[in-house]
Amino acid sequence: MTLPLFIEQTLNGVQFGVMLFLMAAGLTLIFGVMGLINLAHGALYMVGAFAAAATAAATGSFILALAASVVFAAFAGVLVETLIIRRLYGRDHLDQVLATFALVLIFAEGTRWVFGSFPLFLDKPDWLSGTVMLPFGIEYSLYRLAIILVGLVVAAGLFWLIGRTRVGMQIRAGENDREMIAALGVNISRLYTLVFALGAGLAGFAGALIGAIQSVQVGMGDSVLILAFVVIVIGGIGSIKGAFVGALLVGLTDTLGRQLLPMFFALFMEPAAATSTGASLASMAIYLLMAAVLILRPKGLFGGA
Amino acid sequence: MPRETLLNVLLMTALLAFPLWAHLADEPFLITLTTRAVIFAIAGIGLNVALGFGGLVSLGHAAFFGLGGYVMGILAYHAQTYTPLMEVPFLIEGTKSMPVIWLVAIVLSALAALAIGALSLRTSGVYFIMITLAFAQMFYFFTLSWPTYGGEDGLSIYVRNSFPGLNTMDPIQFYGLCYGLLMLVLAFVWALSRAPFGLMLGAARQNEARVAAVGQMPYALYLTAFTISGAITGLAGALFADLNRFVSPTMFSWHTSGEIMIFVILGGVGRVFGPVAGAVLFLLLEHILGGLSPYWHIYLGAVLLGVVLFARGGLYGLLAGREVAHD
Repeated sequence: MTLPLFIEQTLNGVQFGVMLFLMAAGLTLIFGVMGLINLAHGALYMVGAFAAAATAAATGSFILALAASVVFAAFAGVLVETLIIRRLYGRDHLDQVLATFALVLIFAEGTRWVFGSFPLFLDKPDWLSGTVMLPFGIEYSLYRLAIILVGLVVAAGLFWLIGRTRVGMQIRAGENDREMIAALGVNISRLYTLVFALGAGLAGFAGALIGAIQSVQVGMGDSVLILAFVVIVIGGIGSIKGAFVGALLVGLTDTLGRQLLPMFFALFMEPAAATSTGASLASMAIYLLMAAVLILRPKGLFGGA
Repeated sequence: MPRETLLNVLLMTALLAFPLWAHLADEPFLITLTTRAVIFAIAGIGLNVALGFGGLVSLGHAAFFGLGGYVMGILAYHAQTYTPLMEVPFLIEGTKSMPVIWLVAIVLSALAALAIGALSLRTSGVYFIMITLAFAQMFYFFTLSWPTYGGEDGLSIYVRNSFPGLNTMDPIQFYGLCYGLLMLVLAFVWALSRAPFGLMLGAARQNEARVAAVGQMPYALYLTAFTISGAITGLAGALFADLNRFVSPTMFSWHTSGEIMIFVILGGVGRVFGPVAGAVLFLLLEHILGGLSPYWHIYLGAVLLGVVLFARGGLYGLLAGREVAHD
């Protein structure tokens, strides 16, 4: 493989990883602070993408579409949290899994009801189309580069929010001891709603950004949700830093695996067999990575003790 | 007679009487619907061994359901194309014989459950849920991208596999076969739940430390339960594929895992006959709600939410009250 192709695929892997981080950050915060396993997180990703596609179709503005994705997903998050999720905090994981699975069914069918079964299309704006020249003579998609930059900025903002602000301090305190911060006069139920809305907004934002590369359709959140689970299992549940490292690992393993494994098998197999064996193995690569991490560190790379 | 026993008897009698009536009334569709209920019940009973008895929340039982399905698909595919499955190091040929397919499905699912369980049980709680889910997803993507057996199009089998002395293409005869297997599985799980192993497993679910203190290894108990659980669900997968004469990666999808879990919850977690009631209720809901609206999953979701939030214990919890056997 030539160097430019390798760098291009690495960038694709980073772009995928950054998007996974936006999903995984919300999941890991919600689990860390509220102890809730939220299968409906992928549904919020889908809500963001649909809100963006509908807004872009109505106004023609991509920026407005992105704003709408965050607002609608966060709003859906607040709605779901206050109506249903709030009753689940004290319950065991089984109840949480079932109730949020029920929400997945309701969101998916509800979206199908409103928008129909056909995928919607969200076009990237003209000013982000085309390619840019990078060093070493690499031509790379401007939009994907923008996604990487935006994702990194959001990640930095999130680290700042959690690590340096008053709200972040309360969130971290909530992870450690929720009774204590309630006793200190923090409105814990408002904090929970806020964290849930933050996670939902991030998921919706990711959905809108990816929706412009892929099609916007019902069920688009499912595979991303499960990948985000893999990410936080690898990184350690509850750790934002772990989610970031895990997301990049998963993004790079998946993208480079799809590129490199077929080439590797082509060294000693027939081309057709090499392509199919490589593709099948590449689809399993991230789960093998997860299994390997679990054998070495059952609590994930950055998980507590 | 305790109310739970009465419910069990009613349920199993209804599952015998209804298809017979449908057969006499010449309604093969209703027989097929009931066959699905019985097969789903077996899958649910499998999950219940891990979930109900062991407290292991597995969101990855689609892995075993799909594995059973693909065992049937691959063996029958090679039998119908007269090609050997493999020649080196030794010859394996396809087969159309149901008992052989069931046996292979059970053994392979048990092995897969042993491997997945050995890794996943190193963790617990929410990690366990996510890891089992991820392993099932691994099978899903593998079959999706593996072209030999149809990839995402799946595999079709022209004629249902054979069982000595029966015409399996006749809906009522195939139903009888599935019902017989359901009874066998129920008897096995009932015996298991009362055997020392089952009691110890229940004890481990309630208090791991005490079980360890009396010299039993919770890890070994859980792993055994998970393996048995996977094997039973694998058998259900083979039957389900035979019912449809079709197998596709959808059997591995996480919605399948969720549905198997719904059978257990709707009926009542940890009760031997719970998944049977749950599967029947699920198909009733599908049949009735599906007739009301093409978007019936919304209502299914609402019912499920209602059960989780307000009617814990499922149908058995509502009708038979609290379990009286122990605790």
